[in-house]
Amino acid sequence: MNLIGVRAIYTFEMARMFRTLAQSIISPVVTTCLYFVVFGAAIGGRIDQIEGVGYGAFIVPGLIMLLVLTQSTQNASFGIYFPKFSGTIYEVLAAPVSAFEVVTGYVGAAATKSVILGLLVLATATLFVDYQIAHPVFMLLFLILTAVTFSLLGFIVGIWADGFEKLGFVPTLVVLPLVFLGGTFYSIDMLPPVWQTVTLFNPVFYLVSAFRWSFFGTSDVSVGVSLTMITLFLAVALAVVAWIFRTGYRLRD
Amino acid sequence: MTPQHASTPGEASPPALSLRGLTKTYDTGFQALKSVDLDIQRGEIFALLGPNGAGKTTLISIVCGIVRASGGQVEVNGHDIVRDWRRARSLIGLVPQELSTDSFETVRDTVSFTRGLYGRRRNPAHIEHVLRSLSLWDKRDARIRTLSGGMRRRVLIAKALAHEPELLFLDEPTAGVDVELRREMWALVRELREQGVTVVLTTHYIEEAEEMADRVGVINHGEIILVERKDALMHKLGRKRLTLHLQTALAEVPASLAHLDLELADDGHQLIYTFDTQAERTGITRLLQDLSSAGIRFSDMHTEQSTLEEIFVDLVHGGQEPPP
Ligand SMILES: Nc1ncnc2c1ncn2[C@@H]1O[C@H](COP(=O)(O)OP(=O)(O)OP(=O)(O)O)[C@@H](O)[C@H]1O
Ligand SMILES: [Mg+2]
Repeated sequence: MNLIGVRAIYTFEMARMFRTLAQSIISPVVTTCLYFVVFGAAIGGRIDQIEGVGYGAFIVPGLIMLLVLTQSTQNASFGIYFPKFSGTIYEVLAAPVSAFEVVTGYVGAAATKSVILGLLVLATATLFVDYQIAHPVFMLLFLILTAVTFSLLGFIVGIWADGFEKLGFVPTLVVLPLVFLGGTFYSIDMLPPVWQTVTLFNPVFYLVSAFRWSFFGTSDVSVGVSLTMITLFLAVALAVVAWIFRTGYRLRD
Repeated sequence: MTPQHASTPGEASPPALSLRGLTKTYDTGFQALKSVDLDIQRGEIFALLGPNGAGKTTLISIVCGIVRASGGQVEVNGHDIVRDWRRARSLIGLVPQELSTDSFETVRDTVSFTRGLYGRRRNPAHIEHVLRSLSLWDKRDARIRTLSGGMRRRVLIAKALAHEPELLFLDEPTAGVDVELRREMWALVRELREQGVTVVLTTHYIEEAEEMADRVGVINHGEIILVERKDALMHKLGRKRLTLHLQTALAEVPASLAHLDLELADDGHQLIYTFDTQAERTGITRLLQDLSSAGIRFSDMHTEQSTLEEIFVDLVHGGQEPPP
């Protein structure tokens, strides 16, 4: 195991993030605050409680998920796409680092950043609404699992993409809609039955549901089901990454 | 065309690089390497020459693990690059042909990054030494995108040396580089050889091969067509031809001159004398004396020397043995 190599990739990626502090941390946090103001304060004032929780507090977990999912995908995809684009990937391919170590470095850094962002938004939310976290340990666990899973997805996107359009395609045209339709701003009880069924096919729905449970102790589907689904996505993402390195897909001619 | 083993150090230990039946067919169906066999001994400086598209970069990329071989075997210091990839790769340093560098990182960071990637502990003293030897020390905290092309080339070399490799590949290191940097690089390669580092370089500058290499290999259309010690090639280079334009044509070389290496050309109007410039006596004075005593007069004369370049061009285009 080349731990020094993993650390080199990880710190390189983290340095990239801190170098662009404004773009990578401040702007997502500001955007999320805007959501709080618009949905929580302005619209939320006219919405009753959902499942016994004030609307402002109800959307906190969803907003954090929104941020973590999009940021993980975007960040991890850029982290591996850029060296491919600039040609510096040769170094990683030639170095004595295994596929597992490469992924640990890149995905670990992207996930770390997402978790930091999620916690920052969580802290910022206290400025706007009152909320309690019923199961803090589970909250953290779900946060980390989600960040890792979607950073893996981002890594796959970054390898697959051969242009900047494709790179932006998945985060904005796949992940973002899934998040909005996954119960971020509402409970699926509020949907007509047909759409409730459709929502069950949306993987993000399970993430939001489980995450909300860790805050309020209530959820749309049971936590066991959610956890199973999250683990399933993680397994699928890992399998795809393993396949990429075994075949050299878009990495080695 | 078997590689020479004699008088190279480390006879008992495995070669620094050993290729056996190496082939590569790209996804496009293009066959870039056709069964390449090559041994490079430790501490040797090997120049790989060949025209554009010959397969030089492909060969290097396979050894470094960037491109997958379609067939054959590669060993680095006896470590198979597939089975024992971690050991093999940690011995290799690569300066790629393309100027691919980071942009926003500083020179020192990017060089230290490479060392880390290769699993080596931090060693600021070594990094400093490398940066100084490439005249990069003053630029250590500069962001790479602020550097000129030649400076970036130096950064790539510094990165390749960051983890103290035993086998260094320089893929056209001096393309687009000024004379000063080229001389610095030659000095650096000599310093590396003193440390026992094996160097494989590709180049289009024959001068460079002449200057630095112990052995020269020529590759064309994915095949190695010649591997020879440079001094043996230089010996061939050291042969000159003296052409005398005769006033009256000769039917044959006079018997009194038969002891000399002479031949007639241009229907007997030219007499050609081939000699070794590196020999103590070239025999020109004697030849001229013998000519005048044989009563042969000439109107003009000139000498010409075959260059490595000519040998190279002949090989690549004619597919023949090098000229004498
Ligand atoms: N990824 C690829 N896909 C298909 N063909 C390729 C690929 N890379 C290289 N080739 C082809 O393989 C051949 C050898 O290329 P290579 O880069 O090894 O040549 P080279 O000897 O390094 O040439 P140069 O002196 O121009 O650098 C070329 O004909 C090239 O077009
Ligand atoms: Mg090349």
